[in-house]
Amino acid sequence: MDYYNLLTTCAFIHLLVSIPYAYSNYVENKAGQFFSSGHTNNWAVLVCTSRFWFNYRHVANTLSVYRSVKRLGIPDSHIVLMLADDMACNYRNPKPATVFSHKNMELNVYGDDVEVDYRGYEVTVENFLRVLTGRLPPSTPRSKRLLSDDRSNILIYLTGHGGNGFLKFQDSEEISNMELADAFEQMWQKRRYNELLFIIDTCQGASMYERFYSPNLMALASSQVGEDSLSHQPDLAIGVHLMDKYTFYLLEFLEEVHPASQANMNDLFKVCPQSQCVSTPGHRTDLFQRNPGSVLITDFFGSVLLHDMKQLVADVSSQKPKQKDWHPPDGFILGLWTLILLVFFQTYGIKHLKHIF
Amino acid sequence: FRLSSLIGHISTCPSLIGQCCQRHPGSVDEFQEELVIRPLHSGDIYASFQFRTLWDTDFLQEGQKVSHYRLFPKSLGQVLSKFSVRELHISFTQGFWRTMQWGQPFIPSPPGAELWVWFHDTVSDVDGNWKELTNVLSGIFCASLNFIDLTNTVQPSASFKPLGLGNATDHRFLRYATLPREIVCTENLTPWKKLLPCGSKAGLAVLLKSEKLFHSSFHSQAVHIRPVCQDEQCTSKAWELRQTLNVVFDLYTAGQGKKAFRSSIYLNCGKTGELFELSPATPLLSQAVVLGDRRTYSVFDLTRAETFGQLRSLNLLLRWKGDGGEMLRPLLHAERYVAGFGLQTGEIHTVIYNNHPYRAFPVLLMDSVPWYLQLYIHTLTVTSKSRDNKPSYIHYQPAKDRHRPHLLEMLIQLPPHSMTEVTVQFERALLKWTEYTPDPNHGFYVGSSVVSALVPSMVAMSTNFTQDQPLFSSFVPVKEESSYFVRVYTEPLLVNLPTPDFSMPYNVICLTCTVVAVGYGSFYNLLTRTFQVDEPSLPLAKRLANLIRRIRGVPLLT
Repeated sequence: MDYYNLLTTCAFIHLLVSIPYAYSNYVENKAGQFFSSGHTNNWAVLVCTSRFWFNYRHVANTLSVYRSVKRLGIPDSHIVLMLADDMACNYRNPKPATVFSHKNMELNVYGDDVEVDYRGYEVTVENFLRVLTGRLPPSTPRSKRLLSDDRSNILIYLTGHGGNGFLKFQDSEEISNMELADAFEQMWQKRRYNELLFIIDTCQGASMYERFYSPNLMALASSQVGEDSLSHQPDLAIGVHLMDKYTFYLLEFLEEVHPASQANMNDLFKVCPQSQCVSTPGHRTDLFQRNPGSVLITDFFGSVLLHDMKQLVADVSSQKPKQKDWHPPDGFILGLWTLILLVFFQTYGIKHLKHIF
Repeated sequence: FRLSSLIGHISTCPSLIGQCCQRHPGSVDEFQEELVIRPLHSGDIYASFQFRTLWDTDFLQEGQKVSHYRLFPKSLGQVLSKFSVRELHISFTQGFWRTMQWGQPFIPSPPGAELWVWFHDTVSDVDGNWKELTNVLSGIFCASLNFIDLTNTVQPSASFKPLGLGNATDHRFLRYATLPREIVCTENLTPWKKLLPCGSKAGLAVLLKSEKLFHSSFHSQAVHIRPVCQDEQCTSKAWELRQTLNVVFDLYTAGQGKKAFRSSIYLNCGKTGELFELSPATPLLSQAVVLGDRRTYSVFDLTRAETFGQLRSLNLLLRWKGDGGEMLRPLLHAERYVAGFGLQTGEIHTVIYNNHPYRAFPVLLMDSVPWYLQLYIHTLTVTSKSRDNKPSYIHYQPAKDRHRPHLLEMLIQLPPHSMTEVTVQFERALLKWTEYTPDPNHGFYVGSSVVSALVPSMVAMSTNFTQDQPLFSSFVPVKEESSYFVRVYTEPLLVNLPTPDFSMPYNVICLTCTVVAVGYGSFYNLLTRTFQVDEPSLPLAKRLANLIRRIRGVPLLT
């Protein structure tokens, strides 16, 4: 029995030692992550490519991502929002100046403070590619430009109707996956991004990122080639489907994220599995240099303001790690089970094993 | 109709400005805001907000760089100096103003977006400045004003005279354009609110909630910038920025709302004051003559504390007493429609009504028609009371395909109590297939016609210039006592152009490739294929047997 006591006391000492170790690890991790991401500003280009009232859900998709991105800190001056049609003040909208994402009209993603940079007929393939590559006429105002540099992390979100290798713009033209890949290569060569996250919510969305060949690109799509992305809920008062499934669950996930959150890309890849989405979401990380597990959601959806280094370190060190769910240190459970088994075999002896087997 | 207020902090926008901004000696910026509520006879409520900022800087002097902005928004100040703008008027409207049901608006505006600008006469390249100005404004107001180009810009010679100081008559420095398709929504209201000195945090702007404003029959927001005199002798000049917002609420959809009132509110009591009952009653009554109509207004001055009473809140309650009273019939009214059938020709009819019982007056009609509706001016007819009525002044500029629209301006004398009809025939052009919009079956819009007139007034107007004049009566300068200026906009037209089938290129490619592959391919094969007799190869045993037979000289196996 004294052997048992010795083992349990050893386990408790191990536990006591590991807590301060985890704390100092936290400080180092935070500072390390800050320096490893390498970006100093964030931009977002959010595009809805569909026109007509029955494509209400695409506008709602884009506005939900806009809302999350604004909430997490990216200002309007760093967001280029392109909506191909007006749903909020459409004459068919029973509640003007609102765009809802939930069936019971719980969440108005349009809000009271929205700035749409490209709207209506201005959302064309040419304008989209010009925004990405920066080749705009000289009289274009600043709010319509993507003024990113080589330390910018850019989030690009596209939604609409698509097919195998193309995305339809406004029912009259389309952009192919090769054009998109070439545009990103132009951006890379002009040093217009540090890292780029590309999210697409259309049918057969995975075909759009198949052809990427520039470095530091990570892509997510709502469905694989040959699959359709489905819409989520219709609303009987408004009369149309309010959102697409993938973006609905993406919005739900993003509502949990706050500016200091540590959620990483692996959590984002798990959003909307096939059981919820019916289509299989896909992702592509082979062109990305960092490990997705070390990339924070806020690296793309939030905003980094690089101010005084000392202030940052002081902030981090004064914070106590608030770990809501405490997990025991690594190996503790394993050690405990080894202990139990040792005690068991000691008391009952090896020779009794043959009664079990 | 009940409007209740928030109980809590009271801060009027002017007092907030007084606290935070130091008055610069020598120059005084002023801000004034006003809300006029007028119940209309159709049961709707007409609310007109006006916010006026006076900026005491003389831009007309060259070489003086301005870098200190207090109340005047910096974005607009920079636009004015960079493009040498003398007057700028821009409006965004959703809905159409129903003159016959609602009377005349304080500040008229056509559906969609309208922009007209007077440049300084020192500008050498007006078109270049105009193009850049529209792009900059599209960024400021989040609207697609960059679609304004030479194909929808005109230079009216007589219709849009400057509303501010200056007696310019050279219409080469005037540009007018309208986008009838432009949508107005919260994304246009947000930057508009940001131009106000206090934003939407204090003052009457707190009432501007987008969900209420856009759930209305008519919504119009505008920005007017012009140079004005600051006193009667005109010793000093200032820039005046007026932001106006006119809304007509439908009685049944407006419902109840929690809003807060600041600054002054003018409530139109109507002629007899018996149309409805107002509580709480206010001792302040003022009479103003606006648009030839003398009305009594109840004034609530929110800068004075006694308006709020004990509870520090203001509740306005209007109770209708049922139908009654006669609405003043608008003296000038216009309509426009397209007649004809088919997709080749048509006719535009503009009908102008003069409802004055015994006075005739001239009106200036301005029509700007896009180039793809080719007008036949030789078919232009103007008839009043079924007799030909020849206009005394016609200015016509024909269109140039893909360069310039038609501009037709006419001065027509309207006989009393009559209806005048202007008709002109047109032919629809075929556009190139890349010039169609993504939804061409919706149709193409033709901007509203503008009818401007000095209408004789039943009531004497006052030409005195006073500082205490309410804003809604001082927008248009009154030059003489017996008439007032009115501008009426007609409906925009929606015209269908012959639309091709856009799937035809795909169909043609498929059909041609099929024909080439099947037809020509088979034909080619028939002509060039040669046939050879092919001997089957024998199995190994038979081949060896053939070899032995050849040696023996005996006939071979097959």
